[in-house]
Amino acid sequence: MSILIIAEHDNSALNGATLNTVAAAKAIGGDIDLLVAGSNCAAVAEAAAKVEGVAKVLLADNAIYEHQLAENVGQLVANLGKDYGYVLAPATTSGKNILPRVAALLDVQAISDIITVEAPDTFKRPIFAGNVIATVQSLDAVKVLSVRATAFDPAVGEGGSAVIEAVDIVEDAQLSSFVGEELAVSDRPELAAARIVISGGRGMQSGENFEMLNRLADKLGAAVGASRAAVDAGFVPNDMQVGQTGKIVAPDLYIAVGISGAIQHLAGMKDSKVIVAINKDEDAPIFSVADYALVADLFDAVPELEAKL
Amino acid sequence: MKVLVAVKRVVDYNIKVRPKADGSDVDIANVKMSINPFCEIAVEEAVRLKEKGIASEIVVVSMGSKQCQEQIRSALALGADRGILVEAEAELQPLAVAKCLQAIVDKEQPQLVILGKQSIDGDNNQTGQMLGALTGMGQGTFASEVVVAENAVKVTREIDGGLQTVELKLPAIVTTDLRLNEPRYATLPNIMKAKKKPLDTTTPKALGVDIAARTKTLKVEPPAERKAGVRVADVAELVEKLKNEAKVI
Repeated sequence: MSILIIAEHDNSALNGATLNTVAAAKAIGGDIDLLVAGSNCAAVAEAAAKVEGVAKVLLADNAIYEHQLAENVGQLVANLGKDYGYVLAPATTSGKNILPRVAALLDVQAISDIITVEAPDTFKRPIFAGNVIATVQSLDAVKVLSVRATAFDPAVGEGGSAVIEAVDIVEDAQLSSFVGEELAVSDRPELAAARIVISGGRGMQSGENFEMLNRLADKLGAAVGASRAAVDAGFVPNDMQVGQTGKIVAPDLYIAVGISGAIQHLAGMKDSKVIVAINKDEDAPIFSVADYALVADLFDAVPELEAKL
Repeated sequence: MKVLVAVKRVVDYNIKVRPKADGSDVDIANVKMSINPFCEIAVEEAVRLKEKGIASEIVVVSMGSKQCQEQIRSALALGADRGILVEAEAELQPLAVAKCLQAIVDKEQPQLVILGKQSIDGDNNQTGQMLGALTGMGQGTFASEVVVAENAVKVTREIDGGLQTVELKLPAIVTTDLRLNEPRYATLPNIMKAKKKPLDTTTPKALGVDIAARTKTLKVEPPAERKAGVRVADVAELVEKLKNEAKVI
């Protein structure tokens, strides 16, 4: 069965989560085609063609696809997807926006956030904020799946030589238009892609105190995240949130600073390879998932850690 | 304009659910049930639109067992005007829910449909988008701000890199994210008043919707536990372990 993957990109570069989605597709097995829908995005299609394991890249290059509006891209994917056995997308905000629309157009019950492929029609996915893992079998002819990127090691982005085929389907639903966006600008790596993530919680006490984490992050080449408690307290913006309702991360090293470890936060980071927790409350639930637990006042420990690195 | 809001009855967010011992389902016998938090935000947004004079009527829909009436009454107590219960004992998957909502949208002709972005039980994050596809409406998902203008709505959406604003033609679908608003508490007089508000009951069959399950849950289980780690005495030991034992820095 052939597999169509919606590539995620910003019209200039391929988003890393696409590589994890290719890995999930490989676990299913079958010819893998990548759809690059966007505007002036030929460079993305070229990068996609180099991904190992990709048979074909479909390039739908049109201004109406520039901002990934779900009404347009969803219809395009549904048109293409009906000839495939599977339609996959990374479970990013963009994938989650488009994919269910595709599923409904194909009259398919989508399966969200798969974390393993058990059989070609059977997948595991977290429910109840990750407190429970369900094994789900699809009974539909076409399987529409969003893939939790952190659960699959990325496919290699080099060495492939897929053909690029232009798609001239123009789907302009004229239901929506792009007004603008405010993207967080940072010199640090992206949260979802960083090798090291340092997150602060309510224990940070203020937004200014996050500067401490920023300095440590700069020293380690890390990204900075936050718990929902820190976001709700107004310390930092929501795009920094790690957790079930924020970003799901699984870096090599996760350092939780002043985070108690509410289940909704753990759901977003507990697949990290090594977890360090710094908290002055020795009963904090975060310690139950930490490989290295340091019971200490973060305002002493973080500067000391920075100095010792 | 008329606003339709969908609410789901779910296990209260304070309760940690566990799989049953036989792995057939999660154990939700005798646990507290509530309106899904994202749906509550959807109700609040509709009520605020009514307070601003933009919404004229708020219709709230829920689906599932008879007990979903409780969640509809809660929404009525927050300020919705009338309720519709789509009664079904069988499991309703997002596609079936979207199809039932589509039938109600056809009948009620709302200008705006507001839903939670996902329910905290199934965590699917699908219904709003599916309803958009089925009704041919535009969708503003994961909304943190909703501004209604004439014949259009501007929705600011929480996306991975920050915020994105889109403009949708009305009628349109909005799904709520956490920061859209902070829902109010129902007052006692409003809870009493809600008991008298109209609540109609229908069924998927009456709406002409086939709700047959398209996926089958084979097993539920607890997530893999992480093995307990070690306590380090001080920062120096932490750095030493990270360098020499874990080899991550």
